[in-house]
Amino acid sequence: MRGKVWVYGDHINTDLIIPGRYLDDYDPKNLAKHVLEDLDPAFSKKVAYGDILVAGRNFGCGSSREQAPIALKTAGVSAVVAGSFARIFYRNAINIGLPVIECKEAITAFKNGDVALINIDKGILVNETSGARLKFEPLPPFLLDVLHSGGLVPYTRKKVPVEH
Amino acid sequence: MRFEATMPEMTFAQKVLARASGTASPVPGEIVNAKIDLAMSHENAALVLAAFKEIGAKHVWDREKIALLFDHRVPANTTKAAEGHRTVRNFVKDEGIPQFYDMREGICHQVLPEMGHARPGMLIVGTDSHTTTYGAFGAFATGIGATEMASVWTTGELWLKVPETMRLKVEGRLPVGTMAKDVILNIIGDVGADGADYRCVEYVGPTVDEMSLASRMVLSNMAIEMGAKAGICFPDEKTKRYLQERTDSPYQPVFSDTDAVIEKQIDYDVSCLGPRVACPHTVDNVKAVEEVAGMPIDQAVIGSCTNGRMEDLIAAASILSGREVDPDVRLIIVPASREIYLEAMEKGLLACFVRAGAVVVNPGCGPCLGAHQGLLAKGERAITTTNRNFRGRMGSPEAEVYLASPLTVAASAVKGEITDPRGLLA
Ligand code: SF4
Repeated sequence: MRGKVWVYGDHINTDLIIPGRYLDDYDPKNLAKHVLEDLDPAFSKKVAYGDILVAGRNFGCGSSREQAPIALKTAGVSAVVAGSFARIFYRNAINIGLPVIECKEAITAFKNGDVALINIDKGILVNETSGARLKFEPLPPFLLDVLHSGGLVPYTRKKVPVEH
Repeated sequence: MRFEATMPEMTFAQKVLARASGTASPVPGEIVNAKIDLAMSHENAALVLAAFKEIGAKHVWDREKIALLFDHRVPANTTKAAEGHRTVRNFVKDEGIPQFYDMREGICHQVLPEMGHARPGMLIVGTDSHTTTYGAFGAFATGIGATEMASVWTTGELWLKVPETMRLKVEGRLPVGTMAKDVILNIIGDVGADGADYRCVEYVGPTVDEMSLASRMVLSNMAIEMGAKAGICFPDEKTKRYLQERTDSPYQPVFSDTDAVIEKQIDYDVSCLGPRVACPHTVDNVKAVEEVAGMPIDQAVIGSCTNGRMEDLIAAASILSGREVDPDVRLIIVPASREIYLEAMEKGLLACFVRAGAVVVNPGCGPCLGAHQGLLAKGERAITTTNRNFRGRMGSPEAEVYLASPLTVAASAVKGEITDPRGLLA
C-alpha cells in the first residue's frame, strides 16, 4: 500500500483517537467525523483515502474501544506505523482489518506529507519522498491471514461451519 | 527407580495459558489458542453482537461462560444508548444467558467479583481494558476488542501471546494518609505508561500481602495504565474467605514456580511514600501532592472501578465527616456497586456525604468516561479517584483531570484546591 503520511507523537491514546462522548453511536461514518478530534481538530477533514499514520511509542494506549481503529479506517487511514503499540489496539486493528506496523525508526524517517510505500508481507517500509528504506518484522502468518481476509469476522466466517 | 524428566519451571502466565490451551509448557512470545473460562462485556456487547451476527453463528458457544451487564451509561443517557441496551437485553433473553446484570448492579469489575465469577486460575477476557482488575483474585484477566469477543462467543477460543513476566515487589508499611492508589500511581510514574507493555505484572511482597482485596483490586485495575496484559496478586486466605462467602464454584489457585524465568523485578519500599497525583494528560505524569497543592478545582469525583469500594468511601468519610465541601466545588460520589451502595447507606456514609454537600449518584461508571453525570466544561479542573486523565476523558478536551486517592480527592473537595490529606486527618 502507498499513501501520504501524517506524523504524530508518543502515547496517542484511544480517547484522543475517538473520545468517549461519541461512543453511543455505533455508525462508523459518524465516528470517523470525530477521529483524532481532541489531538488535531481538522484531521477528519484533511485525511484522504489511503493516507498512513506514523507515530511514536505506545500508540493506542487506553481503552479497549474497537471504535478507535474503526474510526481511523473509516476515515480512510490505510495503515498505522508506530514505534510500539498498546496491545488491545494492536489486536483490534488487525481484527477489523487495519494494518499495524511496528517500526521504531519510522518516526524519525518521515515528516508530514511524505509518501510511504509499505509491503506488509515482506516487512519493507519506504519513504518515497526521501528515499529512506526501513525494515520491520512482518506479522506471524496467521495474523497476516486475518488481515488479508479483511479482518477477524470474514476470517472466522471462513472457518466456522454455519448452522442452518 | 526412574527419574521423570523435570518440567521446566513456569510463571503464573505460562501455567494458566498452558492449561487453557492444552500446551505443555508454552514459552513467552509463543502464540497459543486458549479456551476462555469467562467472557465479559458491558454496553459494548451491542458491538460484539453486530460482529457475532456478521460471522453468522447461530448461538453462543457456552452461555454459562458469558457475563453481560450495563454500567457505562446507566440509566441510559441518550436514546442511542437506550437502543443499545434494548438490543443486548433481547439477545440475553433469546440466548438464555444467566449471568446478566442490568443497570441496577454497578460496575462490571466490581460486580463480577462480588458475584463470585472471578476466581483464581481462571482465564478471563472482557471487552474492557480494566478487565485486568480480576487479577486481584489470581485470575489471568485481560481486555480484548469487540470483534474478537464475537469470535470468542462463536468458538470459545482466542489466540494469545504468552507474555513475559514483570514482578513488582512492594514492601514497607503504608504511612497514614496514603493508600493503594498512591502505591500504584508511584509505580506507574516510575515505569511509565508503556513500562509494562504486553507483560504479565505480578504484584508481590509484604505490603501486597497486607492489603485488602479492595486495595489489591486498585493495583490490578491500573496495571493496564502501564500497558500490562494482566496484573496479578496471588490468592491467599483473604481471597479464599472472600470467595467462600460468594460462590460454591471450584477453583484451582495458580502460582509462579520459584525458579520460573521472569523478565525483570523492581522493588519498591513504600514506608516513606506520600500521597501522589497523576497530572494532565497522562497517567504516568505523577507528582507528589505537595508539588501541585493549592491548584483550585471545580469538580471532585470519588468512585469508579478503581476506587469506589467501601474502604474508599470510608476513607472519604474520614475527611468529609463534620466538614463541608467548598461551595465552588462539585463533589460527585459514585459507589461502585449496589452492594456497596447499600452498605454505605446502612453505615450512614451516604448521609455523611450528602450532609457535606456531595452529590451521590447511582452505582455505575458515573462521570469516569465522560459520557454523562458530570462532564467538565472548557478550562475546568477536576481531581478524581478514577484511572485515566487523558485529554477529553471527562468532557471538554480543554479541561484538566488529576488522579489521586479517595483521601486526597476528599481533602481537595473540602479545601477547593488540590490538598494534601494528611493535614486534615486527626
Ligand atoms: S469506572 Fe471508568 S474505567 Fe472503570 S469500567 Fe467504568 S468507565 Fe471504565
